[in-house]
Amino acid sequence: MAAPTKPDRFFQDRYGVSPTALESTLGSALSRRADYGDLYFEYRTTAAVTLEDGLVKKASKDVSQGVGARILAGEKTGYAYSDDVTLATIEQAARTAGHIAGDVGGSQAVALRAAQPTRDLYTLPGSPAETPLPQSIALLEAVDRAARQHDPRVKNVMASLVFEHKVVMIVTSDGTMVSDTQPLVRLSITCIAEDASGRQQGTYGGGGRQPFAFLLEGDRHLRFAREAARQAVLNLEAVDAPAGEMTVVLGSGWPGILLHEAIGHGLEGDFNRKGTSAFSKLLGTKVASDLCTVVDDGTIANRRGSLNVDDEGTPTSRTVLIENGVLRGYLQDRLNARLSGMAPTGNGRRESYAHSPMPRMTNTFMLAGESTPDEIIRSVDRGLYAVSFGGGQVDITSGKFVFSASEAYLIEQGAVTRPVKGATLIGNGPDVLTRISMVGHDLALDEGIGTCGKNGQSVPVGVGLPTIRIDGLTVGGTRA
Amino acid sequence: MSRAAGALRPEELRAALQSVLDFATRAGATAADAVLVQQASFAAGVRLGEVEKMTDAREKRLGLRVFVGERSALAATADLTRGGLARCADDTVALARVTQPDPAQGLPERAALATEAPDLDLYDEAAAAPSPEDALERARAAEGAALAVDPRLSNSEGAEFSQTGATIAYASTLGFDGGYRSSSFDLGVQPVAVANGHMQRDYWYARSRHLARLDDAAEVGRWAAARTVRRLGAKRVPTQEAPIVFEAEVAASLLRHLAGAVVGQSLYRGTSFLLGRLGDVVASPLVTVVDDGRLPRGFGSRPFDAEGLATRRTVVLQDGKLESYLFDTYSARRMKAASTGNAARAVGDSPSAAPTNFYLAAGASSPEDIVASVDRGLLVTELIGFGVNPVTGDYSRGAAGLWIEHGEITHPVEEITIAGNLLEMFRDIEMVGSDLVFRGSVAAPTLKIRRMTIAGS
Repeated sequence: MAAPTKPDRFFQDRYGVSPTALESTLGSALSRRADYGDLYFEYRTTAAVTLEDGLVKKASKDVSQGVGARILAGEKTGYAYSDDVTLATIEQAARTAGHIAGDVGGSQAVALRAAQPTRDLYTLPGSPAETPLPQSIALLEAVDRAARQHDPRVKNVMASLVFEHKVVMIVTSDGTMVSDTQPLVRLSITCIAEDASGRQQGTYGGGGRQPFAFLLEGDRHLRFAREAARQAVLNLEAVDAPAGEMTVVLGSGWPGILLHEAIGHGLEGDFNRKGTSAFSKLLGTKVASDLCTVVDDGTIANRRGSLNVDDEGTPTSRTVLIENGVLRGYLQDRLNARLSGMAPTGNGRRESYAHSPMPRMTNTFMLAGESTPDEIIRSVDRGLYAVSFGGGQVDITSGKFVFSASEAYLIEQGAVTRPVKGATLIGNGPDVLTRISMVGHDLALDEGIGTCGKNGQSVPVGVGLPTIRIDGLTVGGTRA
Repeated sequence: MSRAAGALRPEELRAALQSVLDFATRAGATAADAVLVQQASFAAGVRLGEVEKMTDAREKRLGLRVFVGERSALAATADLTRGGLARCADDTVALARVTQPDPAQGLPERAALATEAPDLDLYDEAAAAPSPEDALERARAAEGAALAVDPRLSNSEGAEFSQTGATIAYASTLGFDGGYRSSSFDLGVQPVAVANGHMQRDYWYARSRHLARLDDAAEVGRWAAARTVRRLGAKRVPTQEAPIVFEAEVAASLLRHLAGAVVGQSLYRGTSFLLGRLGDVVASPLVTVVDDGRLPRGFGSRPFDAEGLATRRTVVLQDGKLESYLFDTYSARRMKAASTGNAARAVGDSPSAAPTNFYLAAGASSPEDIVASVDRGLLVTELIGFGVNPVTGDYSRGAAGLWIEHGEITHPVEEITIAGNLLEMFRDIEMVGSDLVFRGSVAAPTLKIRRMTIAGS
């Protein structure tokens, strides 16, 4: 079903949870020792349409709803949730959360004031999850044709469209009652190419907090299809990747996953409060070359990682993490900000009502520099040029991170030469940005495909990067 | 703590399944099946001895798959009211009418359905009655034992005990109607060691379907501590080719890659490096791999699969020879084979083939003998990243571990990668450990691979 246009009325109308009832529920769950409590209501519709073998033979619709109650006392968190959204279950969840957080009796008064997010980053005419299936089928069929036409070696195309329409309401013990409607669209394409040498795959895609029409603008869907096909075919010709430390040039856009893994997670407030991050106690110190300024910005219109308010009701913001090489800030949620004596940065995020929030990234990127991408390539005698990546991971405590190239080339005497097979790159977070010796003027954000996992919770994120040169990163190929 | 308010009784779950199937049939479905999962879980965490977090949760979700001839659609919902189920069925049938037909789609043959559901001892009544005090005590004991091992263990990401109890019910318009309960108890601890301005963390955990069988908390903590402390002072090693020993816990990840290559959907999609290799020798003669859906108390055990077929024991690799793939009904039809009873499904998704309890059979060598056999090489204790290409088997992942010289462990290693190709890696398995232990549904003993590329300094 379509949500009404006003998300603030949605939960009241649907479940009969009035502000007065919520004030009393939340207030009675707050014992004298509790510092804070909140309720997170969520109603999410997910529609998915999948093509393979040239046919759209799978379509699905998933409706989930629930409420999560959280009570904080000191460093303690009590969390309870239920998919049964009634006043009785909310009361029970809030009481359970309160008990968990160390109930010592008593209650606190809560006075709610309804607020609207102060910005509107993704107003859409309707729910993308209501896109008529024939439109989705037509788009996926066009994707299939475009990929196969790109090269006869493309033997199979798998493509999926996922539409999400999420209505949330956050009610907090300091009086905030804020709602948001969060649309999300993603097109993912995988091509399998085959010739006498073997088989290979290429993947591409994109989206954002956008309407369905975004995917068709300027034939974006066909460009994605050709990119996936091009990558699959290119990898058929790839030679073994080199092994060892060498100069690495990262292309613009999605290779920004470097920042996400190498420094982003390490700057999340929870690890730094506990002193378990390799970046703990490094605020104000030099962690990158002068050329590097890195921000996390949840306020960019229509981006996959953007939000009007985070999942604790705090407006998102633009946080400078590194300024001209100096560590300036951490990413905070309410709990960790309070315990660290810092301000929340609007980075408290959660996967769903079934999860309590944590500090998470939004859109994380490096600001543009002055070099041209050509200059950067020409400056390298022997190295690796990596333009597309699969996933990455980091050990936050030791600072070691990896990210895996899915499209990369050798650089020989200042020129990009042969494509090489995928390889994992490994480095040390607090050290890698100090080795950045050139930053391009070509900052680009990714196409809108990223999902970040932390402690079992997945949230959509964005990354971005200009072309950069790193003087020494370990490339994990097979050619020693 | 009070529990299970709003939880449905088994007969109510079955009634919900029957009613959604009836609604779907009335709306025009020619066949349908539905799965319902109801679960309750509780978790308690401590950090540095103090209570940090407790979570109490309950949820139920129904997944529906309908067929209108050769067309199909799927839905998931938490709204189990009659009105909610009727709407869900109507919407899903309407959706199915506009998808494109695929003759391979449909329910399994009626004759293939399971006729008995053995009790695999998957459920412990303790799952229905969590004790916060007991949970906290276990978490505290694990973390306390860990931090007491060495003064350098001066910080912690905490310890957590969690438990889940679930009821799974499945019904189809073929007349199948079955259900079972399962439970899981987990205890994990992640200490942090600090020395000379550097930090290391590691992790250990215990897992069981029965609370009484869960490993002793202090033992879990002490092993987590030993794993963490041994990483202090880690350094890189030069780029080279060398023998690689995978500790049992990380060897299981190689089995997960293998499982991904033998499931039916990877075959018909052409995304498996083992496509077209049935009957070939694809691994060392030391390698026998089995999928067994009926191991008592197994984490991957179930009496019947997600389409109502009996689970069974399938030998996937026998002495290195690829004997069988794993299929659900759809992928089997696509590959002109028969289902092996390996259908699994997330509530809102269609079934696909997945391993049940999938393991590499134990060999003759002790882990100590395997390490002692290495003149100069690496014992891998942790892998990070996603650098595995399922289509080609090309493999490149970040690694941490211990360096071996003349059969002795000399120093910890980090910030390196190991690379090769899964086909070559499985062929190059030279020694198989005797230490097969199930801590999850996929397991392997310690494995020694003759040679891989290490990229380092």
